[in-house]
Amino acid sequence: MVTAEVAERPGASPEEAFEAVIAAEQRIEPRDWMPDAYRATLVRQIAQHAHSEIIGMQPEGNWLTRAPSLRRKAILLAKAQDEAGHGLYLYAAAETLGVDRAELTEKLISGRQKYSSIFNYPTLTFADVGVIGWLVDGAAICNQVPLCRCSYGPYARAMVRICKEESFHQRQGYELLMTLMRGTEAQRRMVQDAVDRWWWPSLMMFGPSDAASPNTARSMAWRIKRHTNDELRQRFVDMTVPQAEHLGVTLPDPGMSWNEERGSWDFGEPDWSELNRVIQGQGPCNAQRVDRRRAAHEEGAWVREAATAYAEKRRAEAGASAGTDASTRTHAATATNAAAEPDAGTKTEQENGK
Amino acid sequence: MTESKAGWPLYEVFVRPRRGLNHVHVGSLHAADDRMALLAARDLYTRRNEGVSLWVVRSDAITASTPDERDPFFAPSGDKVYRHPTFYDIPEDVPHI
Repeated sequence: MVTAEVAERPGASPEEAFEAVIAAEQRIEPRDWMPDAYRATLVRQIAQHAHSEIIGMQPEGNWLTRAPSLRRKAILLAKAQDEAGHGLYLYAAAETLGVDRAELTEKLISGRQKYSSIFNYPTLTFADVGVIGWLVDGAAICNQVPLCRCSYGPYARAMVRICKEESFHQRQGYELLMTLMRGTEAQRRMVQDAVDRWWWPSLMMFGPSDAASPNTARSMAWRIKRHTNDELRQRFVDMTVPQAEHLGVTLPDPGMSWNEERGSWDFGEPDWSELNRVIQGQGPCNAQRVDRRRAAHEEGAWVREAATAYAEKRRAEAGASAGTDASTRTHAATATNAAAEPDAGTKTEQENGK
Repeated sequence: MTESKAGWPLYEVFVRPRRGLNHVHVGSLHAADDRMALLAARDLYTRRNEGVSLWVVRSDAITASTPDERDPFFAPSGDKVYRHPTFYDIPEDVPHI
């Protein structure tokens, strides 16, 4: 019922209405009034997240042509397609805040916006594909599940969709590693080597420690974030240790021990200077990742132009022949619907909805 | 906001998850034309059999109520509690009502 919506309270100022919606655990929607800083924070976070998904296709894409079997290749291809899809869901969410996707892409390839530091590391063996699924996607899931309850509706809804699909990513990675661990001694060493290289960068995915994360408090007050970086990092470690044991690999942290009192694992401090270096552009693959993305964008320009020209030509043809532009579009949509689902009610329903 | 720099308009995407259910809004995308929007929507929003039917609608073709209008716009239904079955007291021993 309308009266149950906090935002509808008559006489409230836009600021009060905004705060009331947040306090009531409701969602802010695109056309609601919101503080400029809330909008700017979301644009930055969602854009970075979208860029990460898009750049994230590269490390694993490196192994697409050399996957050891058709099964692994099909899985990896599906995963890379998902990452592209996740990037697009997120760009769409960012656009509801008034930014333009083309502009965000431009900022990514000119280095003015960042993506997750994790994708600046190279994938040296096929075991890296498994470890990325297990650890990197595992860490991403820890970060992303609470974002399904983010106060900004379009972002939260995109995250629900993404989280459903991430589970496949993590499980395929773990299964890949289990398969390698059942193999030869050399294959087991390959897995351990990949774990050794990816463990610390995975922990860094949660961002700097709480003490060094000045924006966390505000993001939590706005319910964009639900947990601090350190809380999420701890949750990830606690989830991962038993998985590592089951797999038979050692996590490269000699200081790791079970803390009975806390009911959690104590673990070592990541090398924050390394994180800072990678964020500043001095990771092993920063230049390569951005160059590749820029090349893909530039080499795809003619395709975008051709599609635009074709659409214009079709529109001109449709305009020159019988019906108006609008009715042609309706017929096309109805015809496609009918092909997918022979249901004569479709058009009527569309009209009723108006 | 509806025309991107590439000149491709924004489309809203609606999926019917299965027979018997309404089409539900799932997100948006940019495409050069309707056909491309439909193909992209299939690739983007139904990679795991999420739908049996898709609608794509140009965002600029949608007429929406605005937040400013909201209060007076929805006010007519706000004070009509008698439209709800719980408004009416019926003795508990009356069956099937």
